[in-house]
Amino acid sequence: MSFKDKLLSSYIALEDYLEFDSPLHEVRNNAIKIFEEKGFPTKKEEAWKYTSLNSLLKPDYSVYSNKERNVELKTVRKYFLHEIDTYKLVFVDGVYSSFLSETTHDTLDVCLMSAALNKSKYKPVIEAYFNKVAKSDSLTSLNTAFTKEGAFINIPAHKEVEKPIEIINFSTGNEAAMFLQPRNLIVVGENAHVQIIERHQSLSGNEVLTNSVTEIFAEKRACVDYYKIQNDEATASLIDNTYILQQRDTVCRVHTFSFGGNLVRNNLNFYQKGERCDSTLKGITILEGKQHVDHNTLVHHIAPNCESHQDYKGLFAESSIGVFNGKIIVEKDAQKTDAFQQNNNILIDDKATINAKPQLEIFADDVKCSHGCTVGQFDEDALFYLRSRGIGIKEARALLMYAFANTVLESVKIPELKMRINKLIANKIGVSLGFEL
Amino acid sequence: MLKIKDLYAGFDGKDILQGIDLEVKAGEVHAIMGPNGSGKSTLAAVIAGKDEYEVTRGYITFENEDISELDPEERAHKGIFLSFQYPVEIPGVSVTNFIKTAINETRKAKKQADMPAAEMLKMIKEKADMLEIDRKFLSRSLNEGFSGGEKKRNEIFQMAMLEPKLAILDETDSGLDIDALKVVANGVNKLKSEDNAIVVITHYQRLLDYIVPDFVHVLMNGKIVKSGTKELAYELEEKGYDWIKEELV
Repeated sequence: MSFKDKLLSSYIALEDYLEFDSPLHEVRNNAIKIFEEKGFPTKKEEAWKYTSLNSLLKPDYSVYSNKERNVELKTVRKYFLHEIDTYKLVFVDGVYSSFLSETTHDTLDVCLMSAALNKSKYKPVIEAYFNKVAKSDSLTSLNTAFTKEGAFINIPAHKEVEKPIEIINFSTGNEAAMFLQPRNLIVVGENAHVQIIERHQSLSGNEVLTNSVTEIFAEKRACVDYYKIQNDEATASLIDNTYILQQRDTVCRVHTFSFGGNLVRNNLNFYQKGERCDSTLKGITILEGKQHVDHNTLVHHIAPNCESHQDYKGLFAESSIGVFNGKIIVEKDAQKTDAFQQNNNILIDDKATINAKPQLEIFADDVKCSHGCTVGQFDEDALFYLRSRGIGIKEARALLMYAFANTVLESVKIPELKMRINKLIANKIGVSLGFEL
Repeated sequence: MLKIKDLYAGFDGKDILQGIDLEVKAGEVHAIMGPNGSGKSTLAAVIAGKDEYEVTRGYITFENEDISELDPEERAHKGIFLSFQYPVEIPGVSVTNFIKTAINETRKAKKQADMPAAEMLKMIKEKADMLEIDRKFLSRSLNEGFSGGEKKRNEIFQMAMLEPKLAILDETDSGLDIDALKVVANGVNKLKSEDNAIVVITHYQRLLDYIVPDFVHVLMNGKIVKSGTKELAYELEEKGYDWIKEELV
């Protein structure tokens, strides 16, 4: 039985648990139909030209894990940003871990998707927002059909959330191969501010495939900072589908740090629905071995006077593969748009590959759009400069890599997180620099 | 200290340097002057060990050891320093962190322990004061957004910190106004001793009013065509290079 067939029959089993009078049931049914029709994307589709899911679909994945697994805090503490106080939503094999989490209902809701779906008091929020910005492509639809658990974050107007929220998905390896589909819904009210850190972490060498969907709604004047840390085991793969709907005067920034994992596909979609939106999409990708990371971004400028800034930096060693596919659409009404996209890559070894493809579709006539893409090796003059100061070639390269990635780190707003990422970069590059990062 | 004998070097099979002979002894200041494209910066880069240049004939010795085959970092560890005409920007790495790395990498190469933090800070403060460098400047990213003058001052700050035996200053005066030039020259003079040597590469005699050379060499078409004392620099300032060309014919 193919993985697709297995999922379709699992859905029939899932239906038995569902409340049939819920409007959600119809959403699920429609979604599974779309998935059934389209199936998993193949390289024949333009958007998947450089990334094949074939090898990921072979293992016999467990689709459900209903028991709460025990994970000791001391073994996973390092994955938390433990230097500071945070809210935490922790899932182990897709099941909520109350022991590791720190939730709240005090003025804001930092809680579970399962609770939001089942409690009547959240019904208006679910009806207003759930699946309202997510695309109906096959992978997102697959997630929608199986929506069960994930983060539900609902921030009321004018609330400045005082500490970051961490969303962490652990997989224990209790199943030989695990398929996870977290579903997150984040609603940020008018003039509210929030910082969120998301991480997927396998705790074993068993295979994991995650198909995650996150919907973020920024109401007018809201400010959202979202950080994705992708530093997983070599047997863990991730398809991340994130959708952000911005109302007027909002600022939304997503930083994606891709250092690990087997195959990672980031589908990051911004929709600027109101005027004067500001969107930032930044990423650092540092790969080695046979790692494959595909950044597929979309910034859809719908309203006038908006800005978007994209800055993706990639360092590719050994036979790793990077893909950057950045699409900017400027609608007819989106006059005075200022859209900027930059993608710079360094190939460290001859066998490494980067496939970069900017796509601009501009229908307005008074806009500023620029994009730049570079693929290069190390700057020999810069290397000579550092070496002439007595810095060995390995360290000199590391310093240059660090400097190369640095523009992306500048806008990280949580100092402790910035420090962590600095250290991850130093570890990934494999050198100790002569100073503390 | 530095001996260059019949040196031919260049890249892509074309020699830019066409038989250089030069000897620099401890305690001396040498100036190398010459028109654009005469090979001045190439000579500096070849002494410092830039990979892209190939030495095709002759040799360079430093303290009686042939250094022609050494990596740039190995030459730096032996005490050769090059102040760059165009220093490179390194975003995200502060001046302080950069100099710490450079010093400790050099110490590591000499099998010495890292310089203790307190000692390092004291030295940084001392040298920064000497070059009238603002403390805030030291926490800025290396050369990023620096003015031409700031870049050059920062080069001399690095020289002060690394305490080289041989310092080659490549066009250190370009981009400096007269006040900055005095500060930089003053710094270089303070670093000068009987045990080290300085090679100043410049277009103009101006810098040599402040860093007074013992010897002046004229480089043309990859060769030293004339050597003299500081008076030669004045003559060049006044008459240009054409008279030397005529003399050669």
